[in-house]
Amino acid sequence: MTSDLDIFVGNTTLIDEEVYQLWLDGYTVSEAVSRRLRGGLLERSGTSVSVLQSDTRDHFRTFQMLERLLHSPPRLCQQLLFQIPPPRQAALIQGYYAFEPALARELLGKKLSKGTKKELDEVSARTGLSLRACRRQFDNFKRVFKAVEELKGPLAELIQQHFLLPPPLARDYAAIVFFANSRFETGKRRLQFLSFGDLAACAQHMMGHWTQGAMTPEAAEPDGDVPRSFLQDLKELKVLVSDKDLLDQHKSLVCSALRGKISVYNEMETNFKVLDPCRSDHWSLGDLRLFLGSYTTAPRALGGFRHQLLWERYMAGISACLLRMYHE
Amino acid sequence: MPGKLKVKIVAGRHLPVMDRASDLTDAFVEVKFGNTTFKTDVYPKSLNPQWNSEWFKFEVDDEELQDEPLQITVLDHDTYSANDAIGKVYIDIDPLLYSEAATVISGWFPIYDTIHGIRGEINVVVKVDLFNDLNRFRQSSCGVKFFCTTSIPKCYRAVIIHGFVEELVVNEDPEYQWIDRIRTPRASNEARQRLISLMSGELQRKIGLKVLEMRGNAVVGYLQCFDLEGESGLVVRAIGTVCTLDKLSNTSAFLPACNSPSKEMKEIPFNEDPNPNTHSSGPSTPLKNQTYSFSPSKSYSRQSSSSDTDLSLTPKTGMGSGSAGKEGGPFKTLLRQQTQSALEQREFPFFTLTTFPPGFLVHVGGVVSARSVKLLDRIHNPDEPETRDAWWAEIRQEIKSHAKALGCHAVVGYSESTSICEEVCILSASGTAAVLNPRFLQDGTVEGCLEQRIEEASPPGCGFCHIPYDELNMPFPAHLTYCYNCRKQKVPDVLFTTIDLPVEAIVIGKGCLIQARLCRLKKKAQAEANATSISNLLPFMEYEVHTQLMNKLKLRGMNALFGLRIQITVGENMLMGLASATGVYLAALPTPGGIQIAGKTPNDGTYEQHISHMQKKINDTIAKNKELYEINPPELPEEIIGSPIPEPRQRSRLLRSQSESSDEVTELDLSHGKKDAFVLEIDDTDAMEDVHSLLTDAPPPSGFYSCNTEIMPGISNWTPEIQMFTAVRVSRLGNINLTNQTLNKNFNDLCENLLKSLYFKLRSMVPCCLCHVNFTVALPEDELVQIAVTAVAITFDKNQTLQANKAPTEKSQQRASTDNEEQLQFPLELCPDPLASQPSLPAKEVLEGATSQTGIPAAQRDRCNSWIELIKLKAQTIRRGSIKTTASLDKTSPLAEGYLRHRSVPSCTNSTVSVVKMTPLSFLPGAKITKYLGIINMFFIRETTSLREEGGVSGFLHAFIAEVFAMVRAHVAALGGNAVVSYIMKQCVFMENPNKNQAQCLINVSGDAVIFVRESELEMLPVQPSTVVSQPTSSGGDVTT
Repeated sequence: MTSDLDIFVGNTTLIDEEVYQLWLDGYTVSEAVSRRLRGGLLERSGTSVSVLQSDTRDHFRTFQMLERLLHSPPRLCQQLLFQIPPPRQAALIQGYYAFEPALARELLGKKLSKGTKKELDEVSARTGLSLRACRRQFDNFKRVFKAVEELKGPLAELIQQHFLLPPPLARDYAAIVFFANSRFETGKRRLQFLSFGDLAACAQHMMGHWTQGAMTPEAAEPDGDVPRSFLQDLKELKVLVSDKDLLDQHKSLVCSALRGKISVYNEMETNFKVLDPCRSDHWSLGDLRLFLGSYTTAPRALGGFRHQLLWERYMAGISACLLRMYHE
Repeated sequence: MPGKLKVKIVAGRHLPVMDRASDLTDAFVEVKFGNTTFKTDVYPKSLNPQWNSEWFKFEVDDEELQDEPLQITVLDHDTYSANDAIGKVYIDIDPLLYSEAATVISGWFPIYDTIHGIRGEINVVVKVDLFNDLNRFRQSSCGVKFFCTTSIPKCYRAVIIHGFVEELVVNEDPEYQWIDRIRTPRASNEARQRLISLMSGELQRKIGLKVLEMRGNAVVGYLQCFDLEGESGLVVRAIGTVCTLDKLSNTSAFLPACNSPSKEMKEIPFNEDPNPNTHSSGPSTPLKNQTYSFSPSKSYSRQSSSSDTDLSLTPKTGMGSGSAGKEGGPFKTLLRQQTQSALEQREFPFFTLTTFPPGFLVHVGGVVSARSVKLLDRIHNPDEPETRDAWWAEIRQEIKSHAKALGCHAVVGYSESTSICEEVCILSASGTAAVLNPRFLQDGTVEGCLEQRIEEASPPGCGFCHIPYDELNMPFPAHLTYCYNCRKQKVPDVLFTTIDLPVEAIVIGKGCLIQARLCRLKKKAQAEANATSISNLLPFMEYEVHTQLMNKLKLRGMNALFGLRIQITVGENMLMGLASATGVYLAALPTPGGIQIAGKTPNDGTYEQHISHMQKKINDTIAKNKELYEINPPELPEEIIGSPIPEPRQRSRLLRSQSESSDEVTELDLSHGKKDAFVLEIDDTDAMEDVHSLLTDAPPPSGFYSCNTEIMPGISNWTPEIQMFTAVRVSRLGNINLTNQTLNKNFNDLCENLLKSLYFKLRSMVPCCLCHVNFTVALPEDELVQIAVTAVAITFDKNQTLQANKAPTEKSQQRASTDNEEQLQFPLELCPDPLASQPSLPAKEVLEGATSQTGIPAAQRDRCNSWIELIKLKAQTIRRGSIKTTASLDKTSPLAEGYLRHRSVPSCTNSTVSVVKMTPLSFLPGAKITKYLGIINMFFIRETTSLREEGGVSGFLHAFIAEVFAMVRAHVAALGGNAVVSYIMKQCVFMENPNKNQAQCLINVSGDAVIFVRESELEMLPVQPSTVVSQPTSSGGDVTT
């Protein structure tokens, strides 16, 4: 006697967190059943395998029906089809949009295109995530990206509004959108040591200091982009490097300001600006912070340098990023 | 022109994309009532149109108002081709037609399409202005209230209970009309939905007229059913109980009897009984009358030769008259005369109620039932549905005469049902024969005096168990003893009823769900031959179902069944019987004896061993069950045991092999000289199977209880956490060489597995009880069995059970101050939703689980703790924007009494969709129903031609049932309600054709829309309950805007 049709519908939609996680992880029904069996559920509840199968199928079917709504979380809260208590709705959304940092790190800065999606099987192999889970997470990135692409205002808040995500998760998505937009090449070997967390923090600093939203809240351009005008202005700063005079003056000013304060003073002169040498010379984080502070303020004393505001805005972003990146 | 219907179309949201090119929709709305149609403007290029229409006004008769549904169609405007329909909303405006119910219907309704399901939502406001009608010969019956609830609704008092009302209307089924061949499935489905909606409106109006004729003002226990007779037509029929109800002005003063029904459970001290097993009897105790009749043609039924009493153990011997007891005798006679006179005027003294006001039920005789097999043929004149009327009248007559044979003048817990397969139809009716107190049946009886006398005559805790019939001239063999409670009157050893356990009944231990399951193969046959073979099988099935029930009852050490419902389903090549009831141990009845197994071949050693092994197993099971259900009856002294009773004729198993002309049943004495136990004769392998199957019923896992009645005896401290659900299974009986045994086993496994999976699914609610477990069996196709279960799981507080038991002396006080006690039991419950009440804990758990798995840094995890609050804020702001239009309407709507109060509770304001609870029970634990808003009676059809794409049969039906729930909830919310009580899924007809990738399903549900308020909240309010009404309307604006 085989059951062709087997369903359970509650007035309040029944959601099993454990099964939800299995579904999110991309398991098939039978894989999920064997996972649940391994968890010792049978012994604890004294039921049979067929009951477990029927239960798992039922939950998976519910999740599939919910998935459409999860693509637009505000709809999940407004829809009438599934009666789900708000805390449970929030947990569903949060679970659906949670992602594996390793996967996000792989995709950071890449174009969220079909081509990238096709490479997901490699990513899946590298990260140990199932391809299905990779695809869901990739689609989430893309969906969030598309939704806020054309919008104005602070990215994280926009994402929070449109996807009802918890603020930390919304900030992470903002970082992903930022990188996808600006196409920073984060895949370079020299940057491999940086985790998703590092880069996400950097993105936040850059957005915080450089984007329009940071300057004027009612900015005309979306927040995911670093404004073109700002990048244009940055060219002006080149004088600090290209003008030999200014460079020397700047260097000596920084050196004099820091004399006695930094333990690795001797090496400092030589490694102006770049991170790697600092690390090889075992600078402490405090030293780096002092150095960057001084480096930022020094040009105030430089004659003929007219872009102090711009410089400081630039350096605020850079400094924060460098400080975050500066670890083993 | 006595009424004006006003409709306003406000907005739509989440509409489907109808124009692929632009990914948008140009939507407009047609509003149709009767033959009048209005249209809104087209709202171009939007999936969230804001029509904000004018008020569309329909000036109509109230007859039309009652019959017609309001039909709202959402369409996509197309300049070049025909406009595409997006979907429809049917709104039953009946609740607006009586003053005490809703005054406005306003809210978001799912837009439903029979092919695509729900496609977005539409916001609608509906009002009715009724003018006084001076025409005495009117055809409408506006103002008569309808309740599905089978007890007197909680905020009313029954002044008079008038009695039975029935009506049926017939029509051609649009699905079988010639035009169906040329129209689309959608058009056909919509024609059907509309017709049934119309027919139920008409039926309700006609019943209302009868109610007015009887001078009542309400129908309680209203049960409306559809018979899809295929070619021969569509029958909509309804029964109910006419009452005159009085609204209780002060609802908070009204004791919530529903929540504490079992608190009255007492343990009566008895003396020791040295020999508890001596007073149980043979198998013939089901107090049941049955008739089987089959009439081959539509005209007059003649009873088949195998009819009734001989088979059914109920020889129609003497009528119950004269005195039964000693002291109560003369009074009983007097009472009977009074009741008789009150009931004699009625054609059918039937009551669809299952729970009664205290004192209403005097004695209960037992279950009476009648079945009849009919051949369907085309109903020639829909306006004169005489044939169907005659069929039912015939069956009701049978019931009435059976009740008389039991010395009863009335039938309570009465219900009717049908099972149709092709052109054969089994009509069934059943109820409980009873003697009633005339006080409620007539106007102006001296209440107080009579009531007092009844209480003197029969103690409330056991009076209903006392036999109503004459013990010297019993209608059937039974073992009588003096009542174990009052020791004054006689009681039977076992009592079967279709009603709920009376509140005042004294019960020992807990109850449990008992089911008898049975299949019988039958040859495929045509017309009359088919009907004859079915009606020949029926008595055997009925008999076996009873034997099973009796055995299972004894196996659990119990002595009474409540809520008994026997369903016999006919298929092409088999009959299926499923009986469900709730077993209990009534303190008034004797302790049931054990089950004794007797072998046929006593000389065979191994056989003997086997028998004794089985016997041991049975004894162990009984002992285990007694422990499980806490059945520890006090023992009794010998002197009160026994009375001169007719020798019980034991007929345990002998009918199995008898031919149907069983007028001369050979009587076998299987008792082996032992009168103390129920004897099971093991005479063949079948019998062995049966004994085995008895033992296969697994008890529910620990922490779970189940019953099919409203309340579980022995559990009183319910928490407000409830979960109503519907589960459906369809199984294929693969084997070609099916035998009755394999069929029985398959069917048994199917039911047991279904129960098991319910327990597993609901394991997080433990300790919990499944209440009102309602199984329905259908045989949609040759080898398919479909089982649908609807029930509600309610969590209870285990610790407080112990407390209550420990302090029996405080019981009287407890009862006096129930309200206070309730509050203690249900600690401040601020959130209207059960799951919300267990705060975000599980959510956090999954969050932490997820984060630790995915390796999100710990710092982030810490930050997550407050994110739920933030989401709440977000959701609120979004809501502010989107339902601005309804907010103003809410103020004018009658969302009074607690509904808005729930919204105003801070923890819930984040939800845009108001929570609507659903339950098959007539009450909500821990809450008070403050207003009944009207009946919900909805019929939906869903069809698909892309079954695989919709997730196969399971995906299809899962989505459809979820949609039905959603539409019920939306209608209730639009009426201003927050719950549906007495919810029932009356029909779920599912047909599939996997080869064509098609499936179709029809679902009919009903219930009562209500407003409830948590008792804990009532306590917090100021004393006058009237402030509850005004408060939310004033504060409502701030809350919702």
